Amino acid sequence: MLQIEHLSATVGGKTILKGITLAVNAGEIHAIMGPNGAGKSTLGYVLGGRPGYEVTGGSVSFDGQDLLSKEPHARAAAGLFLGFQYPVEIPGVSNVQFLREALNAQRRARGEEPLSGGEFLRLAREKAALLRMDMEMLKRPVNVGFSGGEKKRAEMVQMGILDPRFAVLDETDSGLDIDALRIVGEGINAIMRKPDKGVLLITHYQRLLDYVKPDRVHVLAHGRIVKSGGPELALLLEEQGYEAVAA
Amino acid sequence: MNAIALPSRKSEAWRYADVDAVAPLWPLPEPERIVVPAGARFDRAIVHDAGGVTQLVLSLGRGATAALHLLNCGGAYSRIELDVTLHEGASFTFGGAQLGRDAETLEIVTTVTHAEPGAFSRQIVRSVLAGQATGTYLGKVAVARGADGTDAAQSVRAMLLDLTATANARPELEIFADDVKCAHGCAIGELDAAGLFYLESRGLAPAQAKQLMLQAFVAEAFAGAADEERLQALALARLGSLV
Ligand SMILES: Nc1ncnc2c1ncn2[C@@H]1O[C@H](COP(=O)(O)OP(=O)(O)OP(=O)(O)O)[C@@H](O)[C@H]1O
Ligand SMILES: [Mg+2]
Repeated sequence: MLQIEHLSATVGGKTILKGITLAVNAGEIHAIMGPNGAGKSTLGYVLGGRPGYEVTGGSVSFDGQDLLSKEPHARAAAGLFLGFQYPVEIPGVSNVQFLREALNAQRRARGEEPLSGGEFLRLAREKAALLRMDMEMLKRPVNVGFSGGEKKRAEMVQMGILDPRFAVLDETDSGLDIDALRIVGEGINAIMRKPDKGVLLITHYQRLLDYVKPDRVHVLAHGRIVKSGGPELALLLEEQGYEAVAA
Repeated sequence: MNAIALPSRKSEAWRYADVDAVAPLWPLPEPERIVVPAGARFDRAIVHDAGGVTQLVLSLGRGATAALHLLNCGGAYSRIELDVTLHEGASFTFGGAQLGRDAETLEIVTTVTHAEPGAFSRQIVRSVLAGQATGTYLGKVAVARGADGTDAAQSVRAMLLDLTATANARPELEIFADDVKCAHGCAIGELDAAGLFYLESRGLAPAQAKQLMLQAFVAEAFAGAADEERLQALALARLGSLV
């Protein structure tokens, strides 16, 4: 479903990704782990098309289409969702307004009918309930004044509403309390654990993987995938650390 | 109050003006004078979308309240001058948005005089400028001798969408009284790139993402206007042609 081949990228003139090859099939969830500064978020931003992240080699195909030639919004319409490590605050723009416009922009791009205000609110209520988020929070400006954990939970509400086919989730577990971690984990499963969907889950800890069981685990270090394995690799990493397992 | 001679850019209040565009309008008609009686309330929304110069002179009696909201957009040269005098305990709110493109010159020039004690004034001006447009805010707050307990604030922000656009902002204070609370803030910036990417990553095209952020920026000027929704809608439509 998502095929990354020999992907290299620079940020601010510095080479961060040094030839990443990775394939996620439909129905699979892959975890990416790795030390701070390894390039995990960079990989997410490159997949999302963030300006300033320059691809210097390799390719990414998504459902057989060249992902990298599309603009960020077109990638979203094609079904890609990027969960941010640091969700951005947008003062004065309510979640409800933003998400309705975003969803309808995606639907129009796919040739689908836009949702009416009522239809959208019903959908938003349903997804907020799934993530146990108070609907009132969705009426507030995007991420403004949200706690770290609330931002991550709001991102998952966004994902539920937009219903992507593929999600890159960058440390969605960081900042979550114990109960929220379970709710978010179950939310990811409910939204993304489907035969025609895929997930790249960037995380530092096993705890999220207890809920969202990965099919594959990759270690990204110094801009490369240095080791891949099954779910047991994450446990081994937790036990022994990167140095010992993937040096 | 109109000088006989054409204004020149040497005079402070006209230093950023498009004086060539003023010539055919000269001499300007007498300004509109509005007196808000003691304790009364006055509300007005002005949509200035065809250019020209509008001058308003407002006098607020004791304890009177006035709210003036302005959308200044369109016309090669569009200037609004407000001259407001506040008597004891009066309250004045001004919210203005200037949305310019091409080579438009948009100006808001205000003089708010706190003539007596305990009056309150708030001015919020938000400008969005594209192309070679120029947006100017010159705002003087004068606190007269004896106007103790004055509370005045000016918040001025401008967003430049192109490197070729210009924003001028000059809040000015002249205080001759005691126990006065005057605040002004002014900032000129560009749209937050991280915010734009965030919105785009959810499916909004760049122009739509910009429009959404700018709409929120401009909305601060219209908050609380009796005509808030109409002003918002007009601003949104105009922003669509700027991004
Ligand atoms: N604009 C930039 N200019 C130069 N270097 C940058 C820039 N942005 C990021 N980097 C560098 O790129 C490297 C990879 O950063 P990235 O955020 O992808 O790491 P990460 O694996 O997500 O780390 P973490 O686990 O801490 O989130 C880091 O060394 C970082 O300092
Ligand atoms: Mg990171």
